[in-house]
Parts: sequence; C-alpha cells; structure tokens
Amino acid sequence: MTGRAQSTTSGVSGVSTRKVFSVLRGNPTWLLALLLFVVFSFASPHFLTAYNLGNIVAQSALIGFLAVGLTPILVSGNIDLSVGSVLGLTACLVIGLQGQLGLPIAILVVLGAGAGLGLVNGLIVEKIGINSFIVTLAGMIGVRGLAFLYAGDTSLASPDFTLHDIGAYSVGPFSVISLFFLGSVAVFQWVMKRTLHGRNTYAIGGNRTAAVDAGVPVQRHVIINFILCGLMAAVAGIAIASDLGAATPSYGKDYELWAVIAVVLGGTSLRGGKGDLLGTLAAVIALSILRNGLNLVGVSPFFVPVIMGSALILVLLFDRLSSNRSHTAE
Amino acid sequence: MTEPSAKPVPTSKRGDVVFEAKGLSKIFPGVQALDGVDIELRAGEVHAVVGENGAGKSTLMKILAGNQAADAGTMIHMGEEVRLASPLDARRRGILLIHQEISLVPELTVAENIFLGSLPVKSFGRVDKKKLREMAESVIERGGYAIDPNDIVGELSIAKQQLVEIARASAFNCSVVIFDEPTASLSGAEAEILYGNVERLAEQGVAVVYISHRMSEVFRLSHRISVLRDGKSQGTLESQRTDLDEVTRLMIGRTLEGYVHRPDSEPGAPLLEVTGLGVPGYFDTIDLTVRSGEILGLYGLVGAGRSELAEVLFGLRESSGGKILWQGEPVSINSPRDAMKIGIGFVPEDRKVQGLMLGLGGQDNMVLSILGQLSPLGFTRPRGERAVYDRYRQALDIKSPTAGTHVGKLSGGNQQKIVLSKWLASEPKLLILDEPTRGIDVGAKSELHNLIARLASEGMSILLISSEMPEIMGLSQRILTISQGRITGEFDGKTVTEDQLVTGVMQTGTTTADALESESANV
Repeated sequence: MTGRAQSTTSGVSGVSTRKVFSVLRGNPTWLLALLLFVVFSFASPHFLTAYNLGNIVAQSALIGFLAVGLTPILVSGNIDLSVGSVLGLTACLVIGLQGQLGLPIAILVVLGAGAGLGLVNGLIVEKIGINSFIVTLAGMIGVRGLAFLYAGDTSLASPDFTLHDIGAYSVGPFSVISLFFLGSVAVFQWVMKRTLHGRNTYAIGGNRTAAVDAGVPVQRHVIINFILCGLMAAVAGIAIASDLGAATPSYGKDYELWAVIAVVLGGTSLRGGKGDLLGTLAAVIALSILRNGLNLVGVSPFFVPVIMGSALILVLLFDRLSSNRSHTAE
Repeated sequence: MTEPSAKPVPTSKRGDVVFEAKGLSKIFPGVQALDGVDIELRAGEVHAVVGENGAGKSTLMKILAGNQAADAGTMIHMGEEVRLASPLDARRRGILLIHQEISLVPELTVAENIFLGSLPVKSFGRVDKKKLREMAESVIERGGYAIDPNDIVGELSIAKQQLVEIARASAFNCSVVIFDEPTASLSGAEAEILYGNVERLAEQGVAVVYISHRMSEVFRLSHRISVLRDGKSQGTLESQRTDLDEVTRLMIGRTLEGYVHRPDSEPGAPLLEVTGLGVPGYFDTIDLTVRSGEILGLYGLVGAGRSELAEVLFGLRESSGGKILWQGEPVSINSPRDAMKIGIGFVPEDRKVQGLMLGLGGQDNMVLSILGQLSPLGFTRPRGERAVYDRYRQALDIKSPTAGTHVGKLSGGNQQKIVLSKWLASEPKLLILDEPTRGIDVGAKSELHNLIARLASEGMSILLISSEMPEIMGLSQRILTISQGRITGEFDGKTVTEDQLVTGVMQTGTTTADALESESANV
C-alpha cells in the first residue's frame, strides 16, 4: 500500500518524496486521512473549502489535546482514563475562577489543578503500584464528581468575555485553539524524540525491566508523563471553555475513549514502547474528517457513531494483519 | 483433541518408526537455524538430541511440536505426511512438547490441568468434578506419579509440575513426547524422579525425545543420540556403542582444548570483597573476592542462586546482612544506579526479558545506560549516540542492517553483543556476566569469549556465571562452585577438572535418598 503511494509520487523531488514516504511508512494512518479527504472532497461540494478545513482542525483540537497528553502515557505502557473528567472539571474551574482571580491567574491555577491531578495518578500508579487502568478509571469517576460538586448540576457562564474572545480569534482558516493544538503536537513530538525524558519513556514501554536494570529512573519518568497528561487535559478544558464561553460539569464525557482510540489508531501500541505524535495527529485528523464528512453528506447523526466504530475496527484489523506479516520472523 | 481415555491404547509396537522428519530447514533473519535436518523416532525409545546452544535443537523441537513451520522438509507421523499448523494441531496428533518453562495454569488443580481443553462436562456446561477426579486418579495411578489430583499446581515444586505435564502426555495417549532441558531447574533428587518417569513413559511405547546439555543423563537415559551442529545433522548414534568423546567431537567439531581463551595477565588488587552476604532464600552467608583484571567463574546449577547473587551485587535484590567492600571501601548498593555509579555493569541471564527493548533499534538500546551522560540538560544529541553505536559496532563486529533496525530482528549473537556494548559503554570496572552466551551460535560464542578475555586483560574484572562447563573452564582464572546456598569449592582455572566441578555442584546437605523421602513425605 505504501509502496504504491511512493511510486506515483517518486521523481517529483527526491529528498522530500523520500521524507514523505518514510512518514507514510511509519504512520499508515496518514493514508487513511488522505483517503477520507479525497473521498469526501468528491462526495460533498462543501467539504473542500478553507472554512471547512479550518473547521476540521478545530473540531479535532479538543480530543487532540487529550490524545497528545495520552501518547507518552501509552508509549510508557500505561493509560489515563481520567482525562475526560479532568477536562470537565477544569472547564468549570476556569469559568468559575475567572471572575474571582482574573483570567491569567485563573488559567495558571487551572493548569496547576490538571498537573496536580496527573501527579496524584502518577504517584498512585508508581509508588503504590496499582495498575494505571484501575487508578485512572477511579480518577475518571471521582474527578467527574468533583466537577459536579464545584459547579452543581448547571451550566456556568462568565460575564467576562475575554476568554471567549481569545478563542474566537483566528489566523487564516485556523483558530487560535487549532494553532495551540498543532503547536502542542510539535512540542510533544520533540520531547519524545529529542529529550532524555522522551527516549527513556520509549525504553520503559519497550522493556521496563531492562530500563530499571540500565539505571533509568523509571518512576520519575512515568510520573512526569502523568503530570504532562493532566496538564494537557487542563489545556483541553480551558480550550472548550474558551470555545463555548461557558462550561458544564458533564463536558468531556467519553472524550477519554475517543482520545485513546485516536492514539492507538495513530500507531501507538497499547503495550507500550512504540508510537509518536505524528501518528496521533494523523489519527485525530482522520477521525475528525470522517465525522465532518459524514455530517456533510447528510448521514443521520444516529448512524455516524456506528459507521465510525465499524471503520475503526476495520482500520485496526488491517493494521493487525500488516504488522503480523512483518513480525512472523521473530 | 484426542479423547482422553482411561486405558492406554497401544498404537504402535516397540521399535516401530512413529515419526520421521526429512530435510527440515528453517531460516531466521541472519541465521540458518536448521539446514536439512533428518530425525527418526521409534516407539519405546528415548531419543536424545544434543548440540551446543544455537545448534538448532530448540528450533527443531518447535517445528516438531507445531510452534513453528519449517521452510522446507517433510514430516511423517504414523506413516502419514503431516503439516503441523499449531501446537494444538500437533497435540491432536499425539505430539507433545514439554517446555523448559512449565506451561500449566498455576491457579487450577492438577486434575484440571491434566485434562485442560477437554474437561468432562455435565448439563449446562458444568464441569463434572467427580468424573474429572476419577479420570485424573486413573491416569496418575497408571503412571505411578506422586501427585494429588486436587493440589493447586502453582503450589507444587517445579519437579511436580513436570509430573503434571507428563501425566497430561500419558492421559492423551501421546505417541511422541518431547522434553526440552527438563532437568535444567531441578535438584539432583528431583531429577532422579524425572528420569524414572521418562523411562516409564518410554516403556509405555511412547517415543520420547530428550534434549539436554547434561551428558551424564543423556547416556544414562537414551537409546539413541542425534547430534546437531550449526543447524545440521551430525548423525544418530546408538548410545551403547558410542562414548562422550565421540559425541562431544560431533557437537563442537573440535576438541575441548580449542575452548581456552583465558587471559595470561596476573590479577591485581582486590576490587570487590563480599563477606557474610546473605541472599534471602538462597545463601545464608557468602564470601567472595574479585580482583581487578580477573575473570572469576561461578559455577552451579540453575536454581542454585547464582543469578540472585548477581542481582544483589547489582542492587536489584535486597541482601540480608553482610558487607561489601569496593576497592577497600565499604559501600551499600541499593539500586542499579548505585551499582553503576561505583562501576558495576550487569549483563543479565535472559537478554530478551531483562536486557533489551526488542522494539527499539540497536543504537537506542546501546546508549540506554549512558543516555543521561550523552544528553546535556536532558536534550539528546543523535550524533554523539551514533558515535557510540559506531564504535561498539566496529569493536564487537555487530551485524545489523542499520542503527535503527529493531533488535528483535537480529540473531541471538548480535543481540547479546548489543547488551554487552550497552554495559561496555558505561565503562564499568566490574562486569557481571550471567550466562553470556546462552542461545548463541558457536561462531559468535567464540568471538564473545575472545572479547571477554580481552576485556579482562585490559584490566576489567569479570564475574562470569555460567552453567556451561567448557565456557567456565576455558575463561576463568579462578572458579567457585556453589550448591545449595554454599560455596563448595574454589579451584584454579588452569588445573581444575570437570570431575571437580561436577562434584562441587552436586554436593548437597542431604543425600539423594533423604531428599526422595522428604519428597514423598510431602505428598
């Protein structure tokens, strides 16, 4: 599949083609995004417009922030299911605290809250040694409860529209939130590939025992990843509050599942040791194109989740088959 | 799956050929594991398969048991050409591999494990416990196995777990049962029990394939011996009409003298002095000294606590008391980082489990232990890492297509060289090597031996743990034998004999008869 893609583009420009090819080889999810893009471009006249393309990125940003934070967690062989709830809590907090503390302080406090919740997850996982699935499943329920305790069963709105105005600002077709998302992808990709922390994260996911034996401070790295993940969940919370200018404690329900799906679809192994942010970006975009395109061609909203679920299974099945083939030698 | 039945069904007469493989070949990336291997198995015989590590024994067994498919060759079972698609397929035909690592469900009872996959059921899919128990009792009684069908398997000793596997083989009327190094983790007394059961299995008309490194048990048990070297058949010998010399010659293609790599240099001052160190569950108290530039061999059977001692010295396991002096200064080693800081490196026994990230490239694996030093302020420098990789790739002659090729795709020898490079890169003063050449082909093994000797002559101290006698005798300047939590002997590497080492590791606090008695008292 990737081989054919190369032969049609080869000869245009040697170096860049090879680079594109190597990205495609590493992340076949880009091909999925491309395929969906082409299909919907033909299927709907409204799809291929600057406005809609900007829209796709904007729609992918919220799940995207969570997926960016989750990628290192999954690479290290853990999972964080609490991110959707953290998003809900932090969205309420930023709207609620904005009036009392002013926007800049409120944002700092909320980022701190996200990071703090991540720290708690990380400490419980590493210092007590409970499986991260269980810890963060409990976190998902507990933090959602905190959001309802804070906000009650109502929607919070702020008389101050600064946050909303910032969110409405855009550069060309891209909203500020979209740009923050793309920026976070770049930063996390760099952290994972070019820093000691990122490289050790791969090592921990690849073989934790060997990492311990090699003197890698495994617990520290895992805890840092949980903190970063909580931080990104808070960023997502601020983004959704900014986008909508309001918050309710139920924001972000099921988002953790979509984020995990995106990360896995992007080629990060649930067993750890493998994956990167470019793959996650591709998957987030592909999912967003699919959702957007299905809406544009007028598929019933009740069918959209069914189609998306089926498409996911197909893609992962395909991935499984192709990776099986390359691993038979081992 | 074969229906388990209460009575043994004689399927073939003693001496009939039940299984025949011709021209089996298997290629892995970078290594031809098997090259046209033939083997013929007869009912009622114990057929030993011997060869050095990496000779292809394990690959052959995996093909016979359906775990892997051969690239070429044919297999004939009971006169019928077969293709074994999976272990289940092989088992259905009556071919069972008893792994080195026990493959039982530890939470279930002995009876449930024996009949796993075909438990007797009553209405609504409920397990018929009464019938299961009767079936298990009949199998156990018939074989005379000293196990209780109601025991939980996870609570049994390894030896008894093997009995469960053997009982399973007889319950399913297997025609071919393959043992892969069954005594590797057994004590002497437990091994005796196993021998009896292997013989009984053969008397029942089963063709038993017995893989072992231990020549004494091979000659004691087997009727015929097939020798493999570098993936090729070296012939099948009648055990009665051959001797150790002939088998060894076929196995290694030369005499033992070719094995000596021992450095000539004189060891210097004591580097590591351990006094009264306790390793919970293994040693009450152990004393040993490693001098600088010395290769100290530690010889003992698997399970004697060798690896555990290494783990204590590397800070992976807690000790119970005792003192460690490093260059004359007392030190405490509580984590691998502590050990690395004072200059200890550790190449663990199982490189795939403990040593390597199989899904990462050689370069990433190699720089792991020194990545912090290579990354000022936590930012990595690919060029510096590449330089380290290139240096050790050349020095150790590592064959890998690129620096990023996943190490899972490399041969065992190259994998081990990468683990070794990882520790050499941290420039330790003492390198602990636990079974450094396990599962590596003969050529690469010899290279590694030369390398180890060179490191020692350049001043590095080596603590060499090995259960391969030629390796320990050929490399060590001094050898300690350990058995049952004690150091039982200290020998000069130049003058030591195989008999001395065997005596050293067989010395036990209790006699075999005592141990057998306590074994049956447990039942």
